[in-house]
Amino acid sequence: MLRGTGVSPGVAAGPVRVMTGAVPEPPAGRRHAGDADAERDRALAALETVGADLEERGARAGGEARDVLAAQAMMARDPGLAGVVTDRIAEGLPAPRAVFEAFNVFHAALSRAGEYMAARAADLDDIRDRAVAFLLGMPAPGVPDSDEPFVLVARDLAPADTALLDPSKVLAFVTRDGGPTSHTAILARAMGVPAVVACGDCLELPDGTMVLVDGTSGEVRPDPTEQETAAAHAAAEARAAALDVGTGPGATADGHRVPLLANIGGPKDIEAALSCGAEGVGLFRTEFLFLGRTTAPSEEEQEAAYRAVLEAFPHVVVRTLDAGADKPLAFLPPPDDEPNPALGERGLRLMHSHPGVLTGQLRALARAAAGLDTELRVMAPMVADVAETRSFVAACRAAGLSSAGVMIEIPAAALRAADLAAEADFFSLGTNDLAQYAFAADRQISGLARFQDPWQPALLDLVAPAARAATAAGKDCGVCGEAAGDPALACVLTGLGVTSLSMSARSLPRVRAALAAHTLDQCRRAAEAALRATDADGARTGARAELPGLEPLGL
Amino acid sequence: MAERRVRVETKVGLHARPAALFVQAATRTPLDVTVAKPGKDPVNAKSILSVLALDAQQGEEIVIRAEGDGADAVLDELAGLVTEQSA
Repeated sequence: MLRGTGVSPGVAAGPVRVMTGAVPEPPAGRRHAGDADAERDRALAALETVGADLEERGARAGGEARDVLAAQAMMARDPGLAGVVTDRIAEGLPAPRAVFEAFNVFHAALSRAGEYMAARAADLDDIRDRAVAFLLGMPAPGVPDSDEPFVLVARDLAPADTALLDPSKVLAFVTRDGGPTSHTAILARAMGVPAVVACGDCLELPDGTMVLVDGTSGEVRPDPTEQETAAAHAAAEARAAALDVGTGPGATADGHRVPLLANIGGPKDIEAALSCGAEGVGLFRTEFLFLGRTTAPSEEEQEAAYRAVLEAFPHVVVRTLDAGADKPLAFLPPPDDEPNPALGERGLRLMHSHPGVLTGQLRALARAAAGLDTELRVMAPMVADVAETRSFVAACRAAGLSSAGVMIEIPAAALRAADLAAEADFFSLGTNDLAQYAFAADRQISGLARFQDPWQPALLDLVAPAARAATAAGKDCGVCGEAAGDPALACVLTGLGVTSLSMSARSLPRVRAALAAHTLDQCRRAAEAALRATDADGARTGARAELPGLEPLGL
Repeated sequence: MAERRVRVETKVGLHARPAALFVQAATRTPLDVTVAKPGKDPVNAKSILSVLALDAQQGEEIVIRAEGDGADAVLDELAGLVTEQSA
């Protein structure tokens, strides 16, 4: 049995599909065994297999995808390509290297043919990687293609990998890397499927192995018996039933209101947020409109997408485009090479180089909200100081937006929260990035996952002054990081003075139950206990001792 | 050797769908078929990658050549594909 960290609750069983990372470049300077004809046949068979696979997938997808994939299949079966492969093998190159070089010959030719061909050249890289992977006996790169639902096993997942993921096909995620706030964990909670991260040997699981994944315990059991599967499902259902306290506004046992909001990534998440009883949206990520594009989406297209969300909720907090670092966008390159992208031009900073993108987005938001009763709030990611706060608020006002806030995710902003509160209309604490910057520990490096633990007292030390400053200025201070979705921590944050909690929709019922089981006073005592601790475990234990209502709920 | 010199009329030039249709039609015949820009080296008309790399734009001339039985019919079909305004 394998064991990792359970980061999204639930149990699922299904066949493994391994997503491989980049296909390695076959090394130069080697020669095949000597039988050029056999080597050529092997190479051409690989190209035919890839072509047939692309064509077959296109036929299944239908519509526009069929034409696109049929064109790619033609490239795989290209006689000119086969000619170059054959020549290279005749010179002694092994099949994988010959295929690699032949594709690169045509890649260069297409790149020379001008801008229009750049996308075709990228397609060519994908076809090349598929052919090379086939020759090396590796699974095809990218999100695996499968007719039946599967357990996706990967090293780690980036937003670009999962943009094309079909949610109806994924039963669970298991990754070797990543922590509780990795993209995998957030995505899994949003989709409501179990996930286990930091699972050491998961990449060794052969494709097709049946596994039982428990996203609470972190266990990944290969070839489970029927009894084991049934027992795991029963335990998960019992946990879910204990939490079924219905929907309704969030409040402590003594009636202190804490609006419970959903984090969403686009109109597709509206339904789940509503069904989990979200009172509004506390974080509307807008990157989905921009990912995979070569130019910014039009204001009209943006307006339609924003309006779909604004029409569904009485209260929506929109985060303006947060590109850069782990979310690079092709049409918004940072001006220079960045050795540390997380410390580079990302979030609001990137908008200094591309001001038209921000003003266009703000105009589209203002138009989307026109005529609706929805309370629209707009906030900027990665705000460091008063100057950035002022310029963002001014840009919002110029676009006709009445509520302009800032995310507190840089320690400098938390430390000077009182200055920022004088300029901004509200705060939203992004605890994931705040932890990354407070501990100088990259979120994507699994070996540093312990610094992403939102119970770290140093992180809570940054939350407390931000909440205090907002309260003193009579402004709201929400939390929209994954910390808000931890039922015990949600109570602690409430005790620290946080005024709303926004999380993956699936976390809402558990947080609602935890809050309803405690008074505001108990939450404050839990917060004090957490702040007194010297490490994350101590904070967790100390706070839980003040929150007796968690245990009976199985939280 | 039969040959046709035609002006590319399709809006996207000899790219995208017109290029795919052109290469598919060329592939259907057993004859050797080449395509070139005037005065340049011809490329295999059955190779989508070579045809795309030719980068023939709308309004440019191309020379299509084929040899053997039925070459004229093949060339007529191919010329027709790049001179159709609608594509």
